[in-house]
Amino acid sequence: MRAVCWQGTNNVQVETVPDPKIINPRDAIVKITSTAICGSDLHLYDGFVPTMEQGDILGHEFMGEVVELGSAVHNLKVGDRVVVPFPIACGGCFFCKQKLTSLCDNSNPNAFMAEAIMGHSPAGLFGYSHMLGGYAGGQAEYVRVPFADVGPFKIPDGLADEQVLFLTDIFPTGYMAAENCDIQSGHIVAIWGCGPVAQFAIRSAYMLGAERVIAIDRVPERLQMAEQGGAEVLNFEKVDVGEALKEMTGGRGPDAVMDAVGMEAHGMGVEGLIDKAKQAVRLETDRPHVLRQAILACRKGGTVSIPGVYGGFVDSMPMGAAMNKGLTFKMGQTHVHRYLQTLLDRVQNGEIDPSFVITHRLPLEQAPHGYEIFKHKKDNCIKIVLKPGQAA
Amino acid sequence: MNQSIKVEKTVTIDKPTAELYRFWRHFENLPRFTRHLKDVRVSNDKRSHWITSGLLDGTIEWDAEIIDDRPNELIAWKSVANADVDNAGSVQFKPAPGDRGTEVKVVTVYNPPAGVIGDAISKLFGENPKQQIGDDLARFKMLMEAGEIATNDGQLSGRRNSKD
Ligand SMILES: NC(=O)c1ccc[n+]([C@@H]2O[C@H](COP(=O)([O-])OP(=O)(O)OC[C@H]3O[C@@H](n4cnc5c(N)ncnc54)[C@H](O)[C@@H]3O)[C@@H](O)[C@H]2O)c1
Ligand SMILES: [Zn+2]
Ligand SMILES: [Zn+2]
Repeated sequence: MRAVCWQGTNNVQVETVPDPKIINPRDAIVKITSTAICGSDLHLYDGFVPTMEQGDILGHEFMGEVVELGSAVHNLKVGDRVVVPFPIACGGCFFCKQKLTSLCDNSNPNAFMAEAIMGHSPAGLFGYSHMLGGYAGGQAEYVRVPFADVGPFKIPDGLADEQVLFLTDIFPTGYMAAENCDIQSGHIVAIWGCGPVAQFAIRSAYMLGAERVIAIDRVPERLQMAEQGGAEVLNFEKVDVGEALKEMTGGRGPDAVMDAVGMEAHGMGVEGLIDKAKQAVRLETDRPHVLRQAILACRKGGTVSIPGVYGGFVDSMPMGAAMNKGLTFKMGQTHVHRYLQTLLDRVQNGEIDPSFVITHRLPLEQAPHGYEIFKHKKDNCIKIVLKPGQAA
Repeated sequence: MNQSIKVEKTVTIDKPTAELYRFWRHFENLPRFTRHLKDVRVSNDKRSHWITSGLLDGTIEWDAEIIDDRPNELIAWKSVANADVDNAGSVQFKPAPGDRGTEVKVVTVYNPPAGVIGDAISKLFGENPKQQIGDDLARFKMLMEAGEIATNDGQLSGRRNSKD
């Protein structure tokens, strides 16, 4: 089959690789009909996630048709059309039982690697480094899905791929990040980033009762899409974000702040340059520019929600501000499984059509071009869906 | 002389103590999650024969005897006198607080002999024994909680010049 493979920093290639096989009784093989490129994939592309190996198959946002089942999967049939959550979850451990599926104890065969860095291992993820499982991803024609009796979620007829594909990650991610904001009536939420995750976070914050949402980025078409979602927007290259947020919130600061940018935040001024230099020589693995700004902006007693991915260490965190202002922090990889049904309901009843975020549809063969335009925000690119099996 | 190697490791498994004890008490089950064991043959209620795998030049075998057995609490074993590899181990099962299943603690001690076998044993258990026991326990947990052991063996890739 054809698959998108990581060949090193800033280098992905579509290669011919062997077809996946059933290995364990709870596995399934899914033939992929649609698959997306995520901001998280850019962290791999840019070389900031350790334990990637040349040739690893990328992709964790995918859906398709079940073509083969292991002997222990009884709730699916060959031919079922499914979306597959990006964290792999066993369903039987302490965390899975509480629907904290991105923390599953049993899905990472390389748990020892993650333990060495983080103390404990989170769930294995599709196509996201050896430290997080070493599983082949879904930017491919076929994928092996472990614990297939827990992950894959059947899609009712009448919904197009593009309406449900993002249930695999970015819609639940935006939604959980908004839930983590602990929104009360009258609350104002500030969201850093206007990428795909933030776009869903903006809309989810309104679903959960936010009074106002303020979104921050510098890319015009992304700011515009945020406005279409009802957000007021700030361009961080044009205004002092901290001052602007204070003015817009009567001096209080936003009730909740969200970092939907993560470890490669674009820093301004000297601080930005220092972080970039430290990251380049691996003195600091992550650039926490947004996180620092968000902590300072947040109102006293407010909440900091962090869907943006961090991988290692950050410097100069304003812990004094966080502590003395009594802030609450909530974060994590998304527990996708627990949001599938409620968010599908919102799609089915017409509350939201997640396809709004798609700007590009490309054959799988054009993935290298896709990564380039997504990374550099060329051609107004916001979200790319790849189609396996289409002529290049 | 080689040093004796002692390793302790604990994991919490979300299953009742009785179920975990029962599975472990059938020593034939140990190779299902213990990477360096190829086979354990149980001769009688006390005695068993253990065969390792993963050594380049064949296997190492020994007889072991159960020296303590408290149902749903503890099993302890020890190699019999004159075994090639003098070793002992125990597994302890303790209910975890807050209804979180069972805390399973494994302790193993190896006294590798001098010479060729000793070197082989040190290789087998010596490089990072704590991680080895930890990995074995993680696989035991997977088997008990998930019914199978998560794996990426045979996982495909686009690695050039690779055999998979
Ligand atoms: N928690 C999870 O489970 C989960 C799931 C999916 C994605 N993510 C993470 O969410 C983050 C966003 O993902 P995405 O797909 O939207 O990525 P993206 O790269 O498309 O979006 C990031 C946006 O942040 C903007 N940005 C950069 N620096 C900024 C700054 N200083 N201030 C404000 N905006 C800034 C960029 O212009 C860009 O529009 C990534 O870190 C990704 O890894 C997390
Ligand atoms: Zn993603
Ligand atoms: Zn689990």
